[in-house]
Amino acid sequence: MSSIADTSVLPAQRRRLPAASSWTMTTAVSVALLALMPLGFVLWATVATGWETAQQLIFRSRVGELMINTILLVVFTIPICTLLSVALAWLTERSDLPGARLWSWLCVAPLAVPAFVHSYAWVGLWPGIHGLGAGIAISVVAYFPFVYLPVSAAFRLLDPALEDQAASLGLAPLAVFRRVVLPQLRLALCGGALLIGLHLLAEYGLYAMIRFDTFTTAIIDQFQSTYNGVAAYMLAVVLVVCCFVLLGLEAAVRGRRRYARLGPGVARQAKVARLGRWAYPCLLLPLVTSAFSLGIPAFTLGRWLVGGGTSIWRMDEIGLALSQTLVICLVGGLATTTAAVPIAWLSVRRPTRASRLLEACYYLASSMPGVVVALALVTITVRLLLPLYQTLATIVLAYVIMFLPRALVSLRASIAQVPMELEQAAASLGRSPANALWSTTVRLAAPGAAAGVALASLGIMNELTATQMLAPNGTRTLAMAFWALTGEIDYAGAAPYAVLMVLFSLPLTWLLHHQSKKIAGR
Amino acid sequence: MTLLQLNFLNKHFGAVAALDGVHLTATSGSRTAIVGPSGCGKTTLLRLIAGFETPDAGEILLDGHRIADADAQVPAHLRNIGIVAQDGCLFPHLSVVDNIGFGLKAERAVKLARASELLDMVGLDQAMLARKPDQLSGGQQQRVALARALARKPRLMLLDEPFSALDTGLRAATRKAVTEVLSTAGITTILVTHDQGEALAFADQLAVMRGGRFVQVGHPREVYERPVDAATAVFLGEAVLLPAVVTAGRAQTPLGVLAVEDLEFRGQTTVLLRPEQISVRRVEGGEGDGVITDLVFGGSTCNVCLTLGGTEAFSFRIDVPSRDIRSAGDRVAIGVDGPAHIFP
Ligand SMILES: Nc1ncnc2c1ncn2[C@@H]1O[C@H](COP(=O)(O)OP(=O)(O)OP(=O)(O)O)[C@@H](O)[C@H]1O
Ligand SMILES: [Mg+2]
Repeated sequence: MSSIADTSVLPAQRRRLPAASSWTMTTAVSVALLALMPLGFVLWATVATGWETAQQLIFRSRVGELMINTILLVVFTIPICTLLSVALAWLTERSDLPGARLWSWLCVAPLAVPAFVHSYAWVGLWPGIHGLGAGIAISVVAYFPFVYLPVSAAFRLLDPALEDQAASLGLAPLAVFRRVVLPQLRLALCGGALLIGLHLLAEYGLYAMIRFDTFTTAIIDQFQSTYNGVAAYMLAVVLVVCCFVLLGLEAAVRGRRRYARLGPGVARQAKVARLGRWAYPCLLLPLVTSAFSLGIPAFTLGRWLVGGGTSIWRMDEIGLALSQTLVICLVGGLATTTAAVPIAWLSVRRPTRASRLLEACYYLASSMPGVVVALALVTITVRLLLPLYQTLATIVLAYVIMFLPRALVSLRASIAQVPMELEQAAASLGRSPANALWSTTVRLAAPGAAAGVALASLGIMNELTATQMLAPNGTRTLAMAFWALTGEIDYAGAAPYAVLMVLFSLPLTWLLHHQSKKIAGR
Repeated sequence: MTLLQLNFLNKHFGAVAALDGVHLTATSGSRTAIVGPSGCGKTTLLRLIAGFETPDAGEILLDGHRIADADAQVPAHLRNIGIVAQDGCLFPHLSVVDNIGFGLKAERAVKLARASELLDMVGLDQAMLARKPDQLSGGQQQRVALARALARKPRLMLLDEPFSALDTGLRAATRKAVTEVLSTAGITTILVTHDQGEALAFADQLAVMRGGRFVQVGHPREVYERPVDAATAVFLGEAVLLPAVVTAGRAQTPLGVLAVEDLEFRGQTTVLLRPEQISVRRVEGGEGDGVITDLVFGGSTCNVCLTLGGTEAFSFRIDVPSRDIRSAGDRVAIGVDGPAHIFP
């Protein structure tokens, strides 16, 4: 009797685990499909427009101008950011630069200032500033931390024994840097450069403020003035093609190899270079960089705040904007992290070709500019699901699409840290699978999830492009209010909003900095 | 002719004295082995010679030129000293041929030719040239690292436990290949190792290191037979240490009266016998010199505990050929060949 009962129970038990993971898979696939909607929309727009019209709208001088602007912007900004970041990372990680720890933090801090606030600060200081030169300069100070962060982490992970070895083979220090250090920084450099490139394509506020036209600003102009749908769609198509070009370039340059450290043991700590009498000249670099990337925003904001006195603190409006922003950030951050849970779990615990493909889909979707995501969601809701047009649900979906990888990275790292044996141990102590999962992995991965929420919220707080196009009627986030006020040339009135955004972003930026240190094990 | 000379080398890491007054002379074309327990400063010494660290005091002379002292150093890339680290330390982003040709300033074709020649020399297949380091086994990586260090015909080669990652069989083979390559090329070599057998087999000068200084430097046979102290004796191989009263070249020990070389010394001390000096033979019926109180069978030899008769029962462990000895309780006669060694 009992033996029959046993055998009938066992197979059912065994089938349970794949069932759970297939359920996870289904969710992950659904989220991926949602995330790929904007891309699908662009495809649809191209096909629906027809070749004839598309050709007319794409091959015209206006698009040519925008293209030249975009190419010049990318071609100048990325190399400058790369050089600057590598130099800064070397100084802060590999030399005895006085105050290296402080500088390393100050090199990340510009991320706390939204790009359009950088722009606003520069315009406040030099009212006539505009055009390509200004665009490049402001982009560099706003975005170089995207390269600095991974490169400084990579510096910390390098095995100095390789550099010693190269020296013993007769290479002078500069040659060692070129032939041994740089190749190992390649992954970090490529990743950071790609991130900057995508931001350059997607940013609206920064360039609109200094009247520098890019595809994104042009699409929004179209969208706001005439609502010339087809023309805007075609610009979006070109913009998406630009994104793909960047992604392809990065993949080609990066190559497929990861350079793992060979051999056993822990790498020796790297020696720091003695700067000696060069210390003070070298200090100039982080000093000047911080003066532009932090000093200018601080100065302009300070000036407006002092000049504006108490009258600019319209507490009711500011309070409303603040509470609305916090709600949107929190809801968006939570939704993003929740949406990332299935794929994070799959990619750590059940890594397969399918899970890797899904992950790639999320990354691809999130690299689409906010304006394209917003345009797609506006069009789809207006045409198909009007009740969802300009609702919290739609804007949160946009945030999920745009910021999911941020949550994914944090989640995956923390899930990977929890040994699966722990879950099994809990199960062997008599917990049900769900209970075991809850009492071990979920508990232990919670800090990572919190970091994921925080990082996604940081993105949402400083997001302007999609928020503007999708926000429910009557919503006025800090970023929107700031933008509206600068539009009315009320620079003083906009200052409190900028200050609030920076203040809220600072702790999150610190978290980012801290995380990158932790990844490197220090 | 002296190639390398180290005088009074000192190196501190915070409160830790990694090197504490190191002296060493290596003649041109010689092979020096440095042995010592973990953490005694071997790697630090090699890093100082290679130019990766700077000494706190003392000086390093190469070919009569001072290449480092506390104030000034010739940088590593100008020393032409090859080094092979414990884990090979190949450049992970470069193929085998690029790794080997890394330090050569020549055209690609020349590098390729030199690389394949060197690969032959260290006994690796030409097919490996195009591989990346992570597609090689530990032993192969080690040999590529050696080929890379040899490519520039260094004046001095430093080997930091290059064979420790390899299993026993491969280890002996790799060591033999390396020794051949180095002596053919006539390159002065310093080998650091944990393994005293390796050191004795490899070197024509053996340096025993402890606590950041050399306690003894000499020919391997000399150091093995006449170590300066008991710790060195035990470190270099099996040792039988006996309490003794010495007078005029004769030592009174539990094993009877033994000859000693030192005719001057008199008084109480400990003397050393190596196991190969002691012969153990089972006696049937008679009393013998001692009894086997414990026995561990180990194939060709047995490790036994011998307890000697006499006033205070003295016992020691020794390996004996297993053919003759059967079981604990056997009585044995003990013979000693050659003089015992007194620690100075
Ligand atoms: N970078 C460093 N910072 C601080 N202490 C160090 C450093 N390098 C070595 N030491 C210390 O110096 C001493 C000698 O180290 P070294 O690496 O030379 O030992 P070793 O003889 O090579 O040991 P092993 O046989 O285990 O490799 C050790 O006590 C070690 O802790
Ligand atoms: Mg060592």
